[in-house]
Amino acid sequence: MVMMPKPDPDVLAKRDYLITRLKEIVRNPEGVIDQEAGLRAFECDGLSAYRQLPMIAVLPETKQEISEILKFCAAEGVNVVPRGAGTSLSGGALPLADGVLLGLGKFNRILEVDYDNRCAVVQPGVTNLAITDAVKSDGFYYAPDPSSQIACTIGGNIAENSGGVHCLKYGLTTNNVLGVEMVTMDGDIIQLGGKHLDAEGYDLMGVVTGSEGLLGVITEVTVRLLKSPQFVTAQLIGFPSSEQAGDCVGKIIGAGIIPAGMEMMDKYAIHAAEEFCHAGYPLDVEALLIVELDGPEVEIAHNNSVIEAVAKACGATVIRQSTSDEERMTFWAGRKAAFPAVGRISPDYMCMDGTIPRSQLPTVLKRMNELSAHYGLRVANVFHAGDGNLHPLILFDANVPGELEKCEQFGADILKLCVEVGGVLTGEHGVGVEKRDLMGEMFSEDDLKQQQRLKCAFDPDGRLNPGKVFPILHRCAELGKMHVHNGELPFPDIPRF
Amino acid sequence: MEKFDITAAAQVEEVLNWALANKQSLEVVGGGSKSDLGHEMQTGGRLSLKGLTGIDLYEPAELVMQAKAGTRLVDIEAHLAEHNQQLAFNPPDFGPLLGKEAGLSTLGGVFACNLSGSSRIKAGAARDHLLGVNGFTGRGQAFHTGSRVMKNVTGYDLCKLIAGSYGTLAVCTDFTFKVLPKPEKMRTILIYGQEANAAVLTLRDAMSSVHEVTATAYLPANIARKAGIDFVSDQDAAVTAVLIDGAAPSVEFRNTALREMFADSGAIEELHGMRSNAFWSFVANAGAFVADQSTAVWRLSVPPSEAAAYLFRLQQQLTELEYYLDWAGGLIWLSVPASIKDAGAEIIRSELKDKGHATLIRAAADIRNAVPVFQPQNPVVQKISEKIREGFDPQRILNPGRMYPVA
Repeated sequence: MVMMPKPDPDVLAKRDYLITRLKEIVRNPEGVIDQEAGLRAFECDGLSAYRQLPMIAVLPETKQEISEILKFCAAEGVNVVPRGAGTSLSGGALPLADGVLLGLGKFNRILEVDYDNRCAVVQPGVTNLAITDAVKSDGFYYAPDPSSQIACTIGGNIAENSGGVHCLKYGLTTNNVLGVEMVTMDGDIIQLGGKHLDAEGYDLMGVVTGSEGLLGVITEVTVRLLKSPQFVTAQLIGFPSSEQAGDCVGKIIGAGIIPAGMEMMDKYAIHAAEEFCHAGYPLDVEALLIVELDGPEVEIAHNNSVIEAVAKACGATVIRQSTSDEERMTFWAGRKAAFPAVGRISPDYMCMDGTIPRSQLPTVLKRMNELSAHYGLRVANVFHAGDGNLHPLILFDANVPGELEKCEQFGADILKLCVEVGGVLTGEHGVGVEKRDLMGEMFSEDDLKQQQRLKCAFDPDGRLNPGKVFPILHRCAELGKMHVHNGELPFPDIPRF
Repeated sequence: MEKFDITAAAQVEEVLNWALANKQSLEVVGGGSKSDLGHEMQTGGRLSLKGLTGIDLYEPAELVMQAKAGTRLVDIEAHLAEHNQQLAFNPPDFGPLLGKEAGLSTLGGVFACNLSGSSRIKAGAARDHLLGVNGFTGRGQAFHTGSRVMKNVTGYDLCKLIAGSYGTLAVCTDFTFKVLPKPEKMRTILIYGQEANAAVLTLRDAMSSVHEVTATAYLPANIARKAGIDFVSDQDAAVTAVLIDGAAPSVEFRNTALREMFADSGAIEELHGMRSNAFWSFVANAGAFVADQSTAVWRLSVPPSEAAAYLFRLQQQLTELEYYLDWAGGLIWLSVPASIKDAGAEIIRSELKDKGHATLIRAAADIRNAVPVFQPQNPVVQKISEKIREGFDPQRILNPGRMYPVA
């Protein structure tokens, strides 16, 4: 298990004082939670293997309150953990024993829908799906669609730079956000971006997106709205091997087609999903692709015929095209239920999230099978095939002593493997607590320090969400120093070219 | 001034160590096409990455390429075209606009300035396609961020910070970026004779349609006349342009649908293939402002719906300005006569009323020394930006003062 920073006894000692003062700042008398029963609701996020009661939970209702809370916490030396809906799969919203949990659930209003500029201004606690729901009757939608979209909030999406099944064509959160308003740890409220494009100086919005709540607290988000496509269809394509499926994905893209979504499931995931929701998946294949296309009908017909030819040439044994929206939704139902489906056949499972160069898929699957045998734990794979984002689900039983640790070790080995083949530790779930101690696999000490210098520019005392993302927390003063040898700057031979 | 023309990434570290040891700053340049974009600098050395060239990795099926900073954009694009692929953000070439020849632009320059062409409204900006960067910080330390995969949320997304930092944070030696299939077919639909107000609404309607429009622009008649493209410069009329591309049957279908949609908006014509390409290059490269090098040229990003009203306010005060619109009205190009003091900066920026930003792309050195080239920032944002820069380059050796004054 990853260790969290040791609670500060001085902060714990003044808990009553902090509660009194926070109750003065937050107008709503129920906005400060200090009783265990109430705090229990915040003890974990989607990574439920890690639990911790926060010292105090605060639910502000205005950005001015957030500003005052942060200013107060900064002055008192108290850490703050921001939280949206708490759906993080990496422990990004895991509370701290000596920290204030800042819940943004009350910021749940859509402030403006602006079709002239094809954007919406929303508060951070609005759920991802609620944005699309608000505009779909006018034929618009918000593109990023993480699988938790019914519950996860747009503020959390900014923190994690959330993806979804449609990223290959439509991008991640970072590519679909025009502006954010945020409060810094000093209590300053700043606007980054807006309804226009591109940053005027450094792209601070770009680095805030995906910063896992370490740089500021988001209070408003301007998202890009897209017109809903005219038609959407899906194809199910089954293959006798995952190599052939992987090959087919490359060839579809090679043919100049960027599908709206392109998902792959391995045999284990196919069977679990089929048993769970009877999507009509073929059970005699080793790998299954779901390829979704959107656009005008003529384009879909054209691209579907290209894809069919490519799939056949790659050895597909099953090709089935959805003939109605209902059938398309059935195709997806199995994939979308893959996690609970796997959950049903195993007491516990852990969902991993690495990205690999797609050509490495056969190697990675083979090595993963070897690891599975080594650890004696089964693994099912679902894969955002278009962009190489792999979600191995490791099956285990937390009631068996040592199995959770074994599972974590297996998971770490998978992620190290992803990095080894040229990929990354996390494609969309974030580093959080879960992958924090693996950061050294991907970054040198100097690179990690350089990232933390960015943190220092926003939050020099490290009050926002400490213990997440970075394995070792350096003090900013120490990070600011130039490295100096023998009291002098390095003085090599002067190069002349 | 010391001049360093490096040909290998490792040499950058040596040059940086020289600069640090000798307390000298460096002007970092690629092909030099945009060396007059930004404030003038006084530096002790000049580090040219022009000789650092080559494509290190290209996997068309994975939509990814990695190339060295000095690789010329034209070479990258030619190589991609051999595999029917492209940079979907269509980076412009500002060389001719800035009095240089065409084709000098390097990959490093494109990402350092985060420059995107007309397709930016659909495909995203240069920064959206940047996946990974290697280089050296102003500390003389090796620097790496990102990766070669599309989906990566491991640590801070420093690629976003590097894109558009004009070489003030790190000397980047190579870039890994996303590439996309080149569309099989393209069509530019032209609508003649609209006023700016009506054109902005047309562009809005095109963008809000289901027809997946890639780019939209509006050229008043005086600008269209300079294009040197049949059906554009020979009509003596303003031109509203809508670009669609993709698979042939899809383009045909959308072309017909859009023409019907705008049938009542004015006379309609189409550009195909080469003419269509030439038109969008003219728009992205500010081709209209190349011939007369005396004027000051601004590039403004605004909410698209504000464009027409903004221009109206501006024209009341700056009667001699020329303009045209890209990005559905969200990108305004302005050309201001040299005679106007401060290149119109005060009026141009104050009329924005904090909605958007204006960059002075071209002006004589004395004007650029007197007027902020980049939009002045909110003091808190400025403070954070300055601290970020300090974290990367504490001795301020990289392009000091190019974006904002040395504190």
